[in-house]
Amino acid sequence: MSDPSRDSLADGLAQVVGDQVENLARLSGGASRETWSFTSGGRRLILQRQRSGDVRDMGVEANVLRAAHAAGVRVPELLASGTADSPIGSSFMVLSHVDGETIARKILRDDTFTHARHVLVGDLAAALARLHSIDPSNIVGLPATDQVAQYRTTLDDLNTSLDQAHPTFELAFRWLEANRPESARRSLVHGDFRLGNVMVGPDGLRAVLDWELAHVGDPMEDLGWLCVRAWRFGSSSPVAGVGTYEQLVSAYERESGLTVDPDVVRWWEVLGTLKWGIMCMVQTSSHLLGLARSHELAAIGRRVCENEYDLFLALDGRWEGLGVR
Amino acid sequence: MSELHDVPSAAQLVEAVREWLERDVLTSTTGRVQFHTRVAMNVLAMVERELALGPDQRAAHAARLADLGVADDHELARAIRDGRLDDRLSDVVAAVRASVIEKLKVANPGYFESR
Repeated sequence: MSDPSRDSLADGLAQVVGDQVENLARLSGGASRETWSFTSGGRRLILQRQRSGDVRDMGVEANVLRAAHAAGVRVPELLASGTADSPIGSSFMVLSHVDGETIARKILRDDTFTHARHVLVGDLAAALARLHSIDPSNIVGLPATDQVAQYRTTLDDLNTSLDQAHPTFELAFRWLEANRPESARRSLVHGDFRLGNVMVGPDGLRAVLDWELAHVGDPMEDLGWLCVRAWRFGSSSPVAGVGTYEQLVSAYERESGLTVDPDVVRWWEVLGTLKWGIMCMVQTSSHLLGLARSHELAAIGRRVCENEYDLFLALDGRWEGLGVR
Repeated sequence: MSELHDVPSAAQLVEAVREWLERDVLTSTTGRVQFHTRVAMNVLAMVERELALGPDQRAAHAARLADLGVADDHELARAIRDGRLDDRLSDVVAAVRASVIEKLKVANPGYFESR
């Protein structure tokens, strides 16, 4: 069936890659970007583009991908990128296709991935150690915001626009401020390193994807995020649903040559849990404020209390830092 | 309790729609529409739980807030942030935790078992 918007996208894409474009198919669409697959010159390729009207530029992400590739991190090969004034009509990247699975529940449950589950903590730790070795000053445009301050502002804005208050989140912010780690090493941070954003094959990690939230920060942020309960997808294993804290720390220490303080990883896990709760509020707000009416987005608002519950689990026995007995 | 409205109750109406989604829509759809049907069924089940548990939960929540000397969650959140309840922080933590558990009983009671 002919679809004029898809046909014009195929024409623009052909100009960008300098070859015929075939089998163009939409894979998924988030709130801000679309992913398409296609073939050209005998290769399977991926197009990611911002939705029209979205002001964000993929240029920084393209710079990060190049640096990660150069440092030996397994990433899709970046073949082209451009801005809104390109034939694609919005900021975009063309990437090589990587075979494998991104859906966390399949990786955690299917027999195909039995061996992968066994080696995945080591693979993920090795990828993190390598990406954290990249000098962020060489990557143009990388943001370096304070995560606590950033999400404090986001929560305040959401509470105002939705007329909400979250005592659990206020307790979590108090705990985070009282227990903030000493200023640490600054490195490139992936920013969303978890199952769902990595390509996994039966042999283990194939590629690190979705560098949209990359920034300069404490490398321990990526380790803590990997331990957030939401990213266990129902598994009892704390690290990405496949491993233990001890496995993560020892594999990362071995690969990076650095010493990891588990309490710092826990601090980032608490902040990550809080962040994900706030991100759920962002999603439900896009329904409530009329940006994207959807019962799915609406329902996510009622998942915020899952994150609140997770915060109590993560902070169980750790409230003494606030003077609570 | 005397009700203005006739039967079915709000909960029974929601239940009827949820049952229709499960019986007819779920079985005749695939992919994205089927996924969104499941989401819709979960949403309606949540509304049913809130209609059943809501009145008792509201009363218990009001009692927890009154014990801390605050009018609502907005005032409690401000008090936590300002440190005004720091001398009663263990009470605050216990009360907030209890509220979260009540919210989860409506939103996703299966979450307590998921590990």
